[in-house]
Amino acid sequence: MVSVTATAAEDVRRALSIAERVPDPELPMLTLADLGVLRGVEVTGDGTVVASLTPTYSGCPAMAEMRAGVATRLRAAGYARVEIRTVLDPPWTSDWITPEGRRKLTEHGIAPPAAAPRGPVTLSLLPTRRTVPCPRCGSADTEETSRFAATSCKALWRCRACREPFEYVKEI
Amino acid sequence: MSDSAHDDDHVYLSLAEGHDDGSDARWAFGTGFEDPLHGVDTTVPEGVDPVELAATCVELADDALVSAQRLAEWCTRAPELEEEVALANIGLDLLGQARLLYARAGQVDGTGRGEDAYAYFRDADDFRNVTLAELPIGDFAFSVARLLVLSSWRLAHFERLAAHQDPVLAAIAAKGAKELTYHRQYAAEWAVRLGDGTEESRRRMRTAFDQVTPNLDELFTAYDVRSEVVEVLRQVTEAAGLTLPPVPPAPGAGRDGRHTGHLVPLLAELQSVARAHPEATW
Ligand SMILES: [Zn+2]
Repeated sequence: MVSVTATAAEDVRRALSIAERVPDPELPMLTLADLGVLRGVEVTGDGTVVASLTPTYSGCPAMAEMRAGVATRLRAAGYARVEIRTVLDPPWTSDWITPEGRRKLTEHGIAPPAAAPRGPVTLSLLPTRRTVPCPRCGSADTEETSRFAATSCKALWRCRACREPFEYVKEI
Repeated sequence: MSDSAHDDDHVYLSLAEGHDDGSDARWAFGTGFEDPLHGVDTTVPEGVDPVELAATCVELADDALVSAQRLAEWCTRAPELEEEVALANIGLDLLGQARLLYARAGQVDGTGRGEDAYAYFRDADDFRNVTLAELPIGDFAFSVARLLVLSSWRLAHFERLAAHQDPVLAAIAAKGAKELTYHRQYAAEWAVRLGDGTEESRRRMRTAFDQVTPNLDELFTAYDVRSEVVEVLRQVTEAAGLTLPPVPPAPGAGRDGRHTGHLVPLLAELQSVARAHPEATW
């Protein structure tokens, strides 16, 4: 339970550390903090914990799960009043995936995203020579097999060196 | 702090746990369809006409919902599994955009309606989508040409809407533009591959462009983005070794609620479950 002697700052830190550890439903090796979806946690004057989340994709079906995950864990930790706020602006970018998150993705055989483009992208039909290093063997000899995969945020690639297929978190 | 998810931090922990207030009760992943604008500041800024804003949101949402429904029809029918997954993903992005836009419309038009009221309980005459979106899927080349046109058109408009006075609509557009960039790229690459492919694929791609061009003027009547869209189509047809057919004048119909005969059966399928069980929760 929340100690009545806890200072406001300690309370925020504690609530934050709980919210930060909530795993992502589709990339469960990542926490919502690793993914950059958790934008902040505050505690209001009446003790309500307000957690702010930014959706990764407009149609991401995991969003309801993320909201519920954060609310459930905060309530279980003794916070009676929990509020989840959706923050749409600025939009989520894969650049928000933390270095720790990128390390975990690689460790699980998923290639982390390259830097996201800034501003409007013009259509390019020239053959692109992009390198996404294989998360298993590190080889740069890889190719995209499908720009869309099992979840909105990933593409399918394969490695020509070790012959393994792998997923790549798209830069957006 | 923690290196990985703990055992007790199971991702679906919240599914298993009931709450007294029942607000988080969901029976499976993806259920419990709640307001996609949950906790977003709903204020309409000074100087923004709420009726106009709601109408704008509904038009854009209708385009996205009807397009998503057509894209979903490719499930189990696409030429390759990868394409089926791609088209379904693109549809999912559009469905997400539609949900956000309907939710915004319901907040500002004074009716307090939720997304379902717009998607499931309006008839074809009330839909404002452009007619190109509602045409049957045709062959893969036609769906590619339509996706190329609609994504380029919506993207050009969203890039402007990102500066809209309403911060919610602006944010939805800024987010959507990033997704549409991927959709356009996908469609453009396929148009080039088919146009520059075999004799048969080339014939089909050329036919597909002939089929979509009569609908372009309706799009440009809705949003003044002709030059951006035509530029993309030129670039793609050139790379594919095709020529862009002339765009005949045919000003809009769908934005005025005048649709082809194809929308009614599309909506009948889309709305059948919700209308059979109007009190159901998902
Ligand atoms: Zn490899």
